[in-house]
Amino acid sequence: MSQSAVNKDDSGKESQASDISEAIIRIAGNSQDGIQSIGGFLARLAGRSEQEVMTMMTIPSTISGGPSIFQVRLGTGDVLSPGDDADVLLAFYQHSYEGHVSNLREGGLIVYDSDHVEPNDEWLKKYRHIGIAISSLTVEAIGGTTRDKGKNIYALGLIGRMFNLDLEKLERLINERFAAKGENVVKPAMDAFQAGYRYHSDDITNLFNFKNGTVDRSNQVVMSGNEALAYGLIAAGVRFGAAYPITPWSDIMELLRRELPKYGGSFIQCEDEIASVSMAIGASYGGRVGVTGSSGPGISLKTEAIGWAVMAEIPLVIVDIQRGGPSTGMPTNVEQSDLNIACFGGHGDSPRVVLAAADVEDCFYTAIEAVNIARNFSVPVFLLSDQAIATRIEAFNEPDLKKLCQDLAPDLTPVQSHKPYDLETETGASHHRVPGTRIEDGRYPVVTGLEHDEWGHPSGSPETHKAMTQKRRNKLKALAKTLPIPEVYGPESGEVLVVGWGSTTGPLYEAVEKSADNGSAISALKLRHINPLPEGLEDIFSNFKRIYVVEMNDGGVYGYGQLASILRARFVDARIQGINKTDALRWKVWEIIDRVNERLSADPALTND
Amino acid sequence: MSENATLESLTQDTEEREPLTKKQIAADTPTWCPGCGDFSVLSIYYKLIQKRKIYHEKVTTVAGIGCSSRFPYFVQAHGVHYIHGRALSFATGVSLSRPDLHVFAFGGDGDAFSIGGNHFMHTARKNVKMTYVVMDNFVYGLTKKQTSPTSPIGFKSKTDNWGAFDRPINPMKLAISAGATFVARSSHTNPKHLLEMMDAAMDHDGFGFIECLSECTEFYKGAFDPTNPRKGGVFDLVPEDHDVTDEAAAYELASEDFPGKFGIFYKAQIPTKNALETGLQDAAKAKFEGKEDWEILQSTFNRMK
Repeated sequence: MSQSAVNKDDSGKESQASDISEAIIRIAGNSQDGIQSIGGFLARLAGRSEQEVMTMMTIPSTISGGPSIFQVRLGTGDVLSPGDDADVLLAFYQHSYEGHVSNLREGGLIVYDSDHVEPNDEWLKKYRHIGIAISSLTVEAIGGTTRDKGKNIYALGLIGRMFNLDLEKLERLINERFAAKGENVVKPAMDAFQAGYRYHSDDITNLFNFKNGTVDRSNQVVMSGNEALAYGLIAAGVRFGAAYPITPWSDIMELLRRELPKYGGSFIQCEDEIASVSMAIGASYGGRVGVTGSSGPGISLKTEAIGWAVMAEIPLVIVDIQRGGPSTGMPTNVEQSDLNIACFGGHGDSPRVVLAAADVEDCFYTAIEAVNIARNFSVPVFLLSDQAIATRIEAFNEPDLKKLCQDLAPDLTPVQSHKPYDLETETGASHHRVPGTRIEDGRYPVVTGLEHDEWGHPSGSPETHKAMTQKRRNKLKALAKTLPIPEVYGPESGEVLVVGWGSTTGPLYEAVEKSADNGSAISALKLRHINPLPEGLEDIFSNFKRIYVVEMNDGGVYGYGQLASILRARFVDARIQGINKTDALRWKVWEIIDRVNERLSADPALTND
Repeated sequence: MSENATLESLTQDTEEREPLTKKQIAADTPTWCPGCGDFSVLSIYYKLIQKRKIYHEKVTTVAGIGCSSRFPYFVQAHGVHYIHGRALSFATGVSLSRPDLHVFAFGGDGDAFSIGGNHFMHTARKNVKMTYVVMDNFVYGLTKKQTSPTSPIGFKSKTDNWGAFDRPINPMKLAISAGATFVARSSHTNPKHLLEMMDAAMDHDGFGFIECLSECTEFYKGAFDPTNPRKGGVFDLVPEDHDVTDEAAAYELASEDFPGKFGIFYKAQIPTKNALETGLQDAAKAKFEGKEDWEILQSTFNRMK
């Protein structure tokens, strides 16, 4: 939101709404206040609103009773990232007020519950304050017997009023949300909402008005990254999975447990991570593409079994919703520090595929891609997401489900003969014949983790080990040839190319936009395929003087993050440098720009140029 | 799918095809040491497949790591040589996703009760449909004589030169207390009895567990002589009046000192994990009858607009 967006004009009693194209609103309270459902409502307003409001919501995981926030970015243009500092802070308690002021941009607006918050004199000078007795007004609106339950919906009304949101559609959403719970829930909710929406104060009425947008959002769906990933797996035809609960992976398994039976599938909660991955591989062996998933520590436990799937050449999809590590680390924070374990985790030479989803929509499509690569190349595929993508809600164009949905029923067609580890296939990939398949010549395959010959018999032959190691590696090279060359975001050539993956790419793209506005253009490259890398990256790199790999992980002993190290090893290109951070918080756009500039000015090679 | 449905589909096949010969079922030559008890278990498995008129493609043999876990290589059928201790989890994945197959898992005492102990308990309590035969030799053989979870106190191994002092696991007690629904005990020295047990385990709709004593002639020679009448021992059957549905009685039987009894200790009919999951699917699918998968997903997406 531009500086001028907040209406600072105190003189006019009839406030005129400022036209804005986007706003970042942070709401802070306790988790039992249901404030995250405000975000849900605002998000679901996307796709439905004539104002074409796009939403990106960030929900930090919390434990019940603790402080809870969400931040929503509403905008009518392309919203690339969840945004940096908030324009508006809605604070329910003193701790919410004090704890989140630092996330408000200078001159921002604080709306606080005057029943619980005592404004700070110093901050009164820096930020615009509006105090509203949210708690008591909610009690008054609902009828006084329910304490302040419902103040989330009251606050939603306030926000609706401040931003001139579509009243009718918000009311319909509230009705839909609570209809199943009966009239005695719908009515108080509606009362609270309307009381909030009708709250009369010159301070708050029609503060902002969203400009008409440029993007057609008439047919959008709204969901979190974890939901998109899970539904992508279902669309891909996955009908079996197994896992163990861990944050922030768990909602995917909960969703699949609930949804898969509708499609004749099952998702099994196991006794541990090792059982989970083993069960998923078992189902893959049985002819399904089995899925397992976890976060950091759980992935470590699965690595031996993943090595088996590499060796035995059985399809498998492993989802890793990355969080702060190592060990138990920071379970509810974001980090991109599992790239190494995804690419290299385990003993021996064990080539596997690693894909990284970049945003919520991408989670849906990458899930389908992961399943298909696993099937076509008989290989384990890591699908990396992270806590930031997993928990945030975005609106995106509705996928063409009729076209995308796949049927992956096991193929039991009898065959004359079957060599499970044929060295002569075109791509090097084996074709797994599943149990139940009749093999006419009576020679049945044993799939195994022992080094084996083409028939699957254990073999200690040096020649066989060489040939089979090569086979397992070459199929990834064959895959690389099929991968699309990523497109550069921003100018095709220039001084600086920032390279990123996962949730870092949104802020990177926005940094490109901001830099272009400031006349110091940079370009960005998003990598979705990390192992193997797509071909043609060297051509892209050759158009830039500096290649900065921006990641949420440590630069390590030698100063290069996990992707940077892979790219340096691959391209032996000294221009590839790392820009890393380890605060376990997502990248802000200004942080990226500052760090790029800092690096540029410290780089003698470039100043001499 | 129930056991009956599986057997029905198998029976249909028998009408079209000749039963398999032993030669057709046998695959690679076993790599076990001469005299190893595992040979008899393998030959009984061949006999079972012949007796039950099963065809190659309808049976899946899964094993972990260990001497006995080499088993699948020696059987001409779809087979899996998985990682150490996790055969049951793998087999569960096969069993739950492929109701048309009969899943057999084989392994040793280390695989089952040490590294795979957790999976043993949970596969038992979930009552996943499969037959699990543990060839218990009281020692680690593949790695050449270390103490196993069933090695008796005083057993001298390379990791307990002075004699093992950790109390061994009692597999029968473990299985019963974990909730296994078919618990039987046999020995490689009595092939007829083993076949009887495997036959019964296969008929059982649920998790069928057999502890089969199987001598390691290399590292624990004579361990099971007390169970072998030819070596002066006794092969005592479970008393005829034992009530196999009585869990407490089964536990009491399992608590007897070595060499103990042989036969079916415990058997319970409770719904299998397979049936419960299928029930869940049937109920969920009923709400979407006649709908294609994409339409079901579409209806979910319509609520997210």
